[in-house]
Amino acid sequence: MKLRYFAWLRAKTGIAAEQVALPDGVGDVEQLVRWLIARGPGYAEVFRERGAVRVAVNFDYVGFDHPVRDEDEVAFFPPVTGG
Amino acid sequence: MAVRVQTEDFDVGAAIDAMTRGATGIGSLASFVGLMRDHAGGAAVSAMTLEHYPGMTEKMLGDIEAEARRRWPLIDCLIVHRYGRLAPGDRIVLVLTAAAHREPALAACQFLIDWLKTKAPFWKQEETAAGARWVEARAEDDAAADRWRRD
Repeated sequence: MKLRYFAWLRAKTGIAAEQVALPDGVGDVEQLVRWLIARGPGYAEVFRERGAVRVAVNFDYVGFDHPVRDEDEVAFFPPVTGG
Repeated sequence: MAVRVQTEDFDVGAAIDAMTRGATGIGSLASFVGLMRDHAGGAAVSAMTLEHYPGMTEKMLGDIEAEARRRWPLIDCLIVHRYGRLAPGDRIVLVLTAAAHREPALAACQFLIDWLKTKAPFWKQEETAAGARWVEARAEDDAAADRWRRD
């Protein structure tokens, strides 16, 4: 799957995008987030305040209970501030 | 239906001319232009960089425009949003809505900018004397978008 990070989240992860194989036991966004947190302190910092993170799967907003598959693009970002 | 996401500036008059030329069923056209302010939270802002999520931005703007067209009898509609580095006074966003009468044009224009601000994946980073800072989402913007919610 493709993972993408925007705005201040990207500054914490240190990367804008990465390709990862769907990890064993990961079936939804919540499980993916737990797997990311275990990868390193930058990721743990991103998800420290879960309410400050928005999630999109394949360009649509989703909740943390949304399923994820290996072919998905999953993006994490802060509340939007355009306009 | 038109949505444009671009770094370059836009010409408001030219956009209005293009929308209305030959479209003589249009009796009302409403416009909104968002500009970069030179201050925020009591601090001077010297520049701003807008980041967006290519792909999702276009999809969200298209979804928002489709929703406006479901709600109001619009003859035409345009959303132009810039990204990249901007200076105070620069135009950021343009919303045009055209209809036979003013009520749907005005309401749809306000709806589009209210929903765009809370749904389109753009993020602003401001440059101030104290350094660069990410702009935080405002509760007022959520409240403005919520006015249009239909449960």
